[in-house]
This record gives sequence, structure tokens and C-alpha cells, in this order.
Amino acid sequence: MHGLMNRAIQSFVRDTYGRDRWVEVTRLAGLDFINFEAMLQYDDALTDAVLDACAQVLGVPRETILEDIGTYLVSHPNVEALRRLLRFGGETFVEFLHSLDELPDRARLAVEDLRLPGMELREHSLNRFSLVCRGSQPGFGHVMMGVLRALADDYGALVFLECRDQPSDQPFETVDITLFESAFAEGRSFDLGAVAG
Amino acid sequence: MSHPHELYELLDLFCPMHVVLDHEGRVLHAGDTLRKLLPGTALVGYSFFDQFEILRPRAFTSMTALRAEAGKRLRLRKQGTPRTILKGVLYSFENGRISVINLSFGFSVLDAVRDYALTSADFAATDLTIEMLYLVEAKSAAMEASRKLNLRLQGAKIAAEEQAFTDTLTGLKNRRALDTILARWLQAGRALTLVQMDLDFFKSVNDRLGHAAGDHVLQTVARILVEETRDEDCVARVGGDEFVLLLAGRMAPEKMASFAARLISRIEAPIPFKGEACRISTSLGFTRSSVADDPSAEDLLEQADAALYAAKRQGRAQHKVYAPKMSLVLPQENKPSGGPAPPLPP
Repeated sequence: MHGLMNRAIQSFVRDTYGRDRWVEVTRLAGLDFINFEAMLQYDDALTDAVLDACAQVLGVPRETILEDIGTYLVSHPNVEALRRLLRFGGETFVEFLHSLDELPDRARLAVEDLRLPGMELREHSLNRFSLVCRGSQPGFGHVMMGVLRALADDYGALVFLECRDQPSDQPFETVDITLFESAFAEGRSFDLGAVAG
Repeated sequence: MSHPHELYELLDLFCPMHVVLDHEGRVLHAGDTLRKLLPGTALVGYSFFDQFEILRPRAFTSMTALRAEAGKRLRLRKQGTPRTILKGVLYSFENGRISVINLSFGFSVLDAVRDYALTSADFAATDLTIEMLYLVEAKSAAMEASRKLNLRLQGAKIAAEEQAFTDTLTGLKNRRALDTILARWLQAGRALTLVQMDLDFFKSVNDRLGHAAGDHVLQTVARILVEETRDEDCVARVGGDEFVLLLAGRMAPEKMASFAARLISRIEAPIPFKGEACRISTSLGFTRSSVADDPSAEDLLEQADAALYAAKRQGRAQHKVYAPKMSLVLPQENKPSGGPAPPLPP
């Protein structure tokens, strides 16, 4: 798994629960280091061990942690750069949803060896969508649920999200998206020319 | 013009930074984004040249001259602050009665987006500017992450080098390793002979043939030293052209003399480097752990240094064994490695 993803887990635990808890997680996961390097590749098994350790140390189910990571990535000031990059996807929340198909390509343009799971948006009606995530590792659907929830707030849209349970032999996860109102609240501004700190 | 309305609509949709001019250069219509560049300024009905200065291919101020450049790449500058640089291209029709100039930002786009608070709606749907802004931002973030990684790796490398026991140029032990090994040997009460050695005329090789030649000489000397010593001995490079050898066991003065003679003769053999011959020699100072009851590392190093100095004073390419009458304090002015080198013995 790419260092950026591992680093995301680390930043989430550190910024949300404090450094000590993160150190505890690394110890429990059997890592012989504390910090993931964002620009290096790591064995998938490490990420798996870290997520299990997170669930144990924080006393929260793994799915919840994944969703919280998604929310964190869009809403925490420490990772403002990522929110901005995602907002380039579209002017409105619906436009953003339609840009998700190309998210893995966008990611690869930025960081050549970053491989995101494939994503496909299906439009069932004007306000009902589903996002199918295909990844080598299960759980990405939950991360996307957190991302979508936070970005809906960011755009000021009112949505209902549900991650559909998949039979464990299926290599994909589905997030159902119901859009009640695309301009429910003010949302956060997105200034093209601003530079993320 | 047959269908101006449709034409304007088409241009508004496809090229929001266009301007339509009449035969004299008066603005008939301007795209929304272009108008954003000149807030509070009326464009329609006024001369295009009032607001925009043509820089290339030449500074034009007449419409006739500008029309002659139809299809060519234009470079323009907006009047009034900020004086944004734009690029454009002109197309003329109806016998020059109508001209359309489409403009874009070129490399000024990053500033322009900020200066004019542009949003993605200000660019045509097919325009790649938004993708480019995304790329610039994404690449900057990725670059920053890589830069931080490089800094950390650099720090780790320096730390590792400091902790290392090997001289990276020659592969010999370094000062740190020498100090550790010497302390360990003395603590264990092992008999040893310590040799301080430095190269004669090394500086002139460096000066004459450059540092690459100097490095090559040091590597050659290192190889000779390794070949002439045993596995249980320790060979260290402790300075530019300074070496220290720890030779295990007792050594009779005759053996020291033959050891020194062998080293000197091998090191004096010309060392070829890129068609040139590097000629150096070496001086050696010996001391033995048996000179005192419980010698310290500093004592031994100082004694060997005094012997080395005595050898140098006798005319280089020599060796000396420390004797208590030798002064341990080296006169600073005449340090052997400093002054001009006497000619190499034939």
C-alpha cells in the first residue's frame, strides 16, 4: 500500500487521538518504526495490521475507523491540500460525483505510483446514485463514505449515504448516495487561486 | 454580418475570453471572462487598443496592421494594474469588417486566477486550465512530500556516516574506528606497535593533477597498506594523507626497519593516473606499547607522531622509532606537512 495511504491513517490517529495512541498502534501492529514515509511503498499486510491495531487501541470497529479517516481527509485543516485537490473535481456536488470515475487517474497524475481502487458512479435517477469501488483490499468503500459525507458538507449539499454490505467473496463495495438538496447550506468556499497551507 | 447573435453566443460558450472588433478596432462584443479582467471598464464601443497593448510580433496600434497578422500568435499586455500578459490569435472576415481575437493567459494563468478571482465557470468546458491548476497544486504537494523525505534521508545518511567506522574513500578504518580498536587493545593489555605515517609530496600531486588524482593515490596507498599488513593488524586513514597502523604483537627494531623500507619502496613506485605518473613517498614514525608500563592511547599516538616528525626532519622517505629524548611537542611553524617539500630523492 502506498505510503500516502498509510500516512493518512497515521495522521488521522495522531491528529484525532494524539501521538501516544499512534505509538501504541505501531507497537501493537509490530512496526519497527513510528512514522510512515508518504513517498515510499509498504507491504499491504502492514496496513492491514495497522488498521486492526487501530480498532483494538481505539475500541472502535474497523469500518468506523475507515469512514472516520475519509471524513478526516476532507475536513481536517492539516490535510487542507487534499480537500482542495478533490474540489477541483467539480463546481457542484453532483459534478464532483461524476468526477469520481476519473479519481484514480487524477491521483496517478499527481503521484505516479499511487494506485487508488477503481471507482464507477452509477446514476439511478436525478438524485439517486451508487458508487462501486473495486479494490484489492476491502474497506475502501467505507473510506469513500467518509469522504463523500465530508465533501457533501463542503459543497453545502444534503445527502444520505449507506455502505451496502457485500458478500465477502465479492471484490467490490457499493456506497448508495441519495441527494436531498444540492444547495442545502452555504458550504465552504473554494478559491481556485488560493494556495493550501 | 448575417447572424451576429448566434456568433456571439457560440463565442461566449467556446471562448469566454474573446473580443469581436469592427474594422477600426472598436469592440462590438466581449466574452464574460475577458470582461472580468477589466471590472468597471466599458469595453463595447471603445477601441480595443485603449485597453490592450500589442507586444508581438510587433507593437501595432492600427487595425489594418493587426489584421495582417491574422492566424499568427500574438502577445498582448492588458493596460492598468495588474498588467497581465496574454496571448491571442485573430481571425478576420467579411472583408476585414469583423475581426475576432481569442485570448488566453499562457504562463500568467496562476497569477491571473488569483488576481481576478476566477472560478472554473470562467473557463470553457473544454479548457484544460482547471486540470492544469489541479496538476500544479498536486505536483507541488507531492514535491513537498518528496522534499521532506529527501531531507530526512539526508539527515539519516549524515548520522550513519558519523557512526560508521569506515573511511568511504579508501575503505580503511577511520579515526573513530582506530580510537575504539586502540582503546580495546590497550585495555586487554595486548602488545602492539603503533605507526604514524603520512605521505610526502602528496600536496603537489593534488595541486598539479587535481583531487581525482589525489584520491587515486590515496586508494593505491591504502591497497599497499592492506597488502603489507596482516588480518589482525588495523589500518586507518585519520586525515587527508595521514594513516595510523596498529601492528599486533612485539616487533624488533630490525623488523620495523624492513617493514618501513618495504612500504617506502612500494609507495615510491610511480602511480599512473590518466597518462601521468604520480610520484610520492612516505615517512613513518614507530612506537611500541612496551615503552611504558601502562601507556595511554594519547601517549602512543603522540610518541609515534614525534617519531614521524623526526623522520621528516631527517629528509623524508625515512622511518624513526620513538625514543624518550624526542620532543613530544611539535613546533607549530615547522609542521612537516606544511613547508615546501624538498626534492624527491632520485
